Amino acid sequence: MEPTLAPSFDELIPALPEIGLAAGALVMLLIGVVAKNSVRIVTGLALLLVGGATIGLFFVPLSEPIFNGAFVLDPFARFMKIATLIGSAIAIVLSIGHGRREAFDRFEYPILIVTATLGMMVMVSAHDLIALYIGLELQSLSLYVLAAIKRDSVRSTEAGIKYFVLGAMSSGLLLYGCSLVYGFTGQTSFEAIAIALEGGVETGLIFGLVFLLAGLAFKVAAVPFHMWTPDVYQGAPTPVTAFFAAAPKIAAMALLVRVVVEPFGSIVDQWQQIITFLAIGSMVLGAFAAIGQNNIKRLMAYSAIGHIGFALVGLAAGTEAGIQGVIIYLVIYLAMTVGAFGCILAMRTADGMVENISDLAGISRTNPMMAILLALLMFSMAGIPPLAGFFAKFYVFSAAIQAELYPLAVIGVLASVVGAFYYLRVVKVMFFDESVAGFEPMVGEYRLVVSASGAFTVTYVLFAGPLNELVQTAAATFFPL
Amino acid sequence: MSEWPVLSTVTFLPLVGAVLVLAIRGDDEVSRRNIYHVALWTTAITFVLSIIVWTRFDTGSSDFQMTENVAWLGGAINYRMGVDGISVLFVVLTALLMPACIVASKLSVKHRFKEYMIAFLVLETFMIGVFCALDLVLFYVFFEGGLIPMFLIIGVWGGARRVYASFKFFLFTLTGSVLMLLAVMAMYWEAGTTNIVELLEYPFPESMQTWLWLAFFASFAVKLPMWPVHTWLPDAHVEAPTAGSVILAGVLLKMGGYGFLRFSLPMFPIASADLKTLIYVLSVVAIIYTSLVALAQEDIKKLIAYSSVAHMGFVTLGIFTVTEQGVQGGIFQMLSHGIVSGALFLCVGVVYDRMHTHDIGAYGGLVHRMPLFAVAFMVFTLANVGLPGTSGFVGEFLALVGAFKVNTWVALFATTGVILSAAYALWLYRRVILGPLVKDGLKSIKDLSRREQLILAPLVALTVFFGFYPKPILDVTAVSVENLVTHTLSAVEAATLLSTVVP
Repeated sequence: MEPTLAPSFDELIPALPEIGLAAGALVMLLIGVVAKNSVRIVTGLALLLVGGATIGLFFVPLSEPIFNGAFVLDPFARFMKIATLIGSAIAIVLSIGHGRREAFDRFEYPILIVTATLGMMVMVSAHDLIALYIGLELQSLSLYVLAAIKRDSVRSTEAGIKYFVLGAMSSGLLLYGCSLVYGFTGQTSFEAIAIALEGGVETGLIFGLVFLLAGLAFKVAAVPFHMWTPDVYQGAPTPVTAFFAAAPKIAAMALLVRVVVEPFGSIVDQWQQIITFLAIGSMVLGAFAAIGQNNIKRLMAYSAIGHIGFALVGLAAGTEAGIQGVIIYLVIYLAMTVGAFGCILAMRTADGMVENISDLAGISRTNPMMAILLALLMFSMAGIPPLAGFFAKFYVFSAAIQAELYPLAVIGVLASVVGAFYYLRVVKVMFFDESVAGFEPMVGEYRLVVSASGAFTVTYVLFAGPLNELVQTAAATFFPL
Repeated sequence: MSEWPVLSTVTFLPLVGAVLVLAIRGDDEVSRRNIYHVALWTTAITFVLSIIVWTRFDTGSSDFQMTENVAWLGGAINYRMGVDGISVLFVVLTALLMPACIVASKLSVKHRFKEYMIAFLVLETFMIGVFCALDLVLFYVFFEGGLIPMFLIIGVWGGARRVYASFKFFLFTLTGSVLMLLAVMAMYWEAGTTNIVELLEYPFPESMQTWLWLAFFASFAVKLPMWPVHTWLPDAHVEAPTAGSVILAGVLLKMGGYGFLRFSLPMFPIASADLKTLIYVLSVVAIIYTSLVALAQEDIKKLIAYSSVAHMGFVTLGIFTVTEQGVQGGIFQMLSHGIVSGALFLCVGVVYDRMHTHDIGAYGGLVHRMPLFAVAFMVFTLANVGLPGTSGFVGEFLALVGAFKVNTWVALFATTGVILSAAYALWLYRRVILGPLVKDGLKSIKDLSRREQLILAPLVALTVFFGFYPKPILDVTAVSVENLVTHTLSAVEAATLLSTVVP
């Protein structure tokens, strides 16, 4: 293929959702700067853009790699992008109610979400080390600013700085890894790297792979690159945390999956042990470290670390069933996380927002619906059937068993039992303890998100079959017959 | 299959009832009564349906009957239901105990009545589902799903140490179960299906069987519970509300025994034969040790809980003798114990509602004020001891006969348990019911109310009836058990033959 610099219009079609988001973000920026009280307009526009991109994804044709092999829209990318966009849309919806009551009304917020989402979409579609880096940085830079968006809060700015410093370092690691991979294969395109690796693998390339994975592990917050997570989750404003916990995780995991399976698919043995290590570390640390937490956002941070560990179990298997498991896990994780954060956002007494687990005491009396939904989500996260979280774990562990990774599976399920303890603790506080003070009633947006999430969690068992078929097509991308 | 899916109806009808209860608004007396009636009628209709299942069941066949098969998770994992002679009566037992639990809770549950009924109805769906499921994954979903409502029942409506008890119950059971889950996955990848009917025929490699057996054992031993992983049971029983204890002792424990019968024995016959000594030892220790522990208890519920562990020892002993008598005895013992221990907990609930204590020391001489109660409690105590003429005798006797055929020493030690059970049960009866009525608080205690008589009378009748005439139950289980035993023995025989041919 002769490299061409000016792509034809046809070539642009698969990237139309991204192009729309980019153009839309600029328009939003203009409106935000020019118009007064622009938050509502910009938020509405952001929702429209994200919604439009989601719908657009259903219509744009799938493509072979375009832009000289830097960008691909395959079934996997389409599926993961839709999941990411849904996550972003929910984050915007959740911020509306918050903004109304907490003086959290910066027009930059929806714009940054849109640019971050754009970065994520590029990540998911990245088919080249350079596209990977561009997408990742666009996303990361937007997230750094988002973490610090509450400029007059020490916590928030601290979270932003911490995230930025550590994130910049991980980007450095990643870039170093990319340069090593490029140096030893002479290629940046995933396809070309895969071809170059067929002839055998050099030690230097393994170094590159390790650095690359370390950088990506930071982005998904896998142990031992998780240190930033609890502080950032706690420090960032809660709607931002809700966003951090959902969409970026999905995009980064999608990227991780693509990186290890596509360019490095032939050297499974080399990365399988790294991923296994990350998975075990994340599951165990996520389970044990969460036990001592009193702040529910920190708890969710450790819970997220644990969940990423479970999702990595599927990736460690490296098989088609494993990738399916990862995708299902991420979808269910998304649904559960946004619901849980909807509840956390609704933790507001007459004196303002609260975020300690003890503040939930006895809310089964004062706010029964919220208590029941949050309890369902907690049981689901603990992986108790018939709730969705069980099936998430089922598929990844099933893949691990198929790949004969028995120690990983045993450690994983035992970690899930330890993890169940702290999820149960939340239920216990809500249902068994005496009530302190009720929360204000949930605002409509939260109620919508939380009920949808609860409904998904409960009814997943009914439509698991059809959803699995979609996931199968997505996962089959990497395993052509 | 164009037939009406009767098993799914029995299984999910309580869930429908739960949704109806959920729809009832208000916190006043009227809505409370509505909730109660919806719950009662739902469980009553479920019971009637379960009887229909029993009558439609063809006892001459060892096949799974009334089967259903619907696509579910894709791949080989389907929604499959069906019952055979081993499982059908557990469905009936569950459906029988539920109305009693609802009636027993009518007055004793003071707060959050609606949530209480929802929890019980959801729990019933999971319990019946366990016995009807013909797919491993579906079985697991039902098996584990029951943890959620039971956790809440103990934790919300339980006694003083309810938090500790509920967590212990949940985490113990979950730990065992997740290991079983891994075994389920391994079986899926090995056999390519999770259909229990096909898996029963699938010859798992010998080396794999041991691991799978151990993983299933981890789950069922905790659930049953077997010594030494029984410690969650006394705590859970003491703290649970009356109906919770009834269900726990009456049905949830039986899932462990059922699991051994359905999976461990027929699917891993070689491992079962290899590891039967382990089971014998644990069973005998359970029978003797927990009986002795029961003797030392100061709390009525704790005493019955320990006696349950001892009785479950007979069940495991009987099942793993792999003789027709032993297995039949194990099943009969489970069914009988389901009724008897459930009824004993109901009796404890009767006095607890009046005195608000489980302490044995707080009672004495109840016979003077509560003659009817004394009679009912006596019947169940004697059944618990295993007196001939009560249902408790049949199961224990058959299990011991089975054990005797296999290993005299095991039978000898196990039989001492019968004597010990007489010791603790009769002593309990003496301390609570007999003697002079001296305690002031007891002087105005009232005998069984009409409602309580209504619950206990059928259970007394069943206990005595099946003690004299166990045939209806044994008939149902006979063919399936015979099939199970021959299947298991022939698999073991084939394996030993093979190992002699190929050194």
